[in-house]
Amino acid sequence: MKNILLVTLLFPLAAFAADADYTLVIREHRFQPSELIVPSGKKIKLLIVNQDATPEEFESHALNREKVIAGNSKATLYIGPLDSGRYPFFGEFHEASATGVIIAR
Amino acid sequence: MFGTAIIVFREVLEAAIIIGIIAAATRDVPGSRRWLIAGLLAGLAGSAVVASFTDVIGSLASGIGQEIFNAIVLGIAVLMLAWHNIWMASHGAALASSARSVGGDIRDGRRACSVLFLIVGLAVLREGSETVLFLYGIAAAGSGGQSSMLLGGLLGMTLGSAVGYMIYAGLLRVPMRWFFSATSVLVLLLAAGMASQAAHFLIQADLLPSLAAPLWDTSAALPENGLPGILLHSLIGYDARPAGMQIVFYMTALITIVIGMKWANRPRIAIRSTTGAV
Repeated sequence: MKNILLVTLLFPLAAFAADADYTLVIREHRFQPSELIVPSGKKIKLLIVNQDATPEEFESHALNREKVIAGNSKATLYIGPLDSGRYPFFGEFHEASATGVIIAR
Repeated sequence: MFGTAIIVFREVLEAAIIIGIIAAATRDVPGSRRWLIAGLLAGLAGSAVVASFTDVIGSLASGIGQEIFNAIVLGIAVLMLAWHNIWMASHGAALASSARSVGGDIRDGRRACSVLFLIVGLAVLREGSETVLFLYGIAAAGSGGQSSMLLGGLLGMTLGSAVGYMIYAGLLRVPMRWFFSATSVLVLLLAAGMASQAAHFLIQADLLPSLAAPLWDTSAALPENGLPGILLHSLIGYDARPAGMQIVFYMTALITIVIGMKWANRPRIAIRSTTGAV
């Protein structure tokens, strides 16, 4: 009984998590965090905030995503639903430093 | 420097391939060269404008403006390529056989030219704006080594254009009886690939369901960032991890254009054979 109650309590949380926002910040041509853990099997709204003055292109072959983010601005994109695993991404305009990975669990 | 060269090469290559194919396909359309150059220049000017408004475009529609913009540009390009191919299916052979001077379809020819202008302009606009942004970023960073990176940019641009030119020159060597089929198949695949890319942006913006994502994964065998992958991406819209919806768009564009070409070609067979007899 208690378990059922707990499960029902979790439902609204689970629903909320379905379109939860995750944020990546670009600063000095690096992603923060460089490792982002997200739930697998869910569509994810990803907000990317570019705090640098220069534009960056968020790109991931594994996620099949690419998006230019102008300097000092934000952009939204959707990823997933993802299978569990590691999905590397990088900033195409500063590939040497701007790297990271999304980990779906 | 080489990193810069590769990035710019990739962007320029896509536009160069489109221009190379279209330039070859329209070689017999009167005035096509002028319109092609005009499209190129308009596309370059447009790139600078789009690049400078990236933040504005990006923040439209609560952060998905860029995807919508890209999808619209691609969508128009698909329509133009489709129109071009269907038009060539009914006029191409006549244009080639009866020489440029006949001019029986001058009005139609002019319409074909404005379509040509749009296709080239849009191709340059889309790829150019990203290149402009990238190079602007380098120039604005002020972290030294800019001249070598800008040199890399120039190198990438030259190489990309060279591949486009090679495709153009190669197509012109195709024997006449294969020429129209060769160019129209290439234009057809370009259009289908662009339709798939448009779907890709709309999925990224969550305006379309992905269906299966990815439908398949061939990134190990043929990675998208290797040269063959890049070339195939530009030529036939190759995607190592496509979403199901992209394939739906790809096939729909492909089949629709083929039907359009068949439809445009059929009633003209009789007309062409009579003019041919004269």
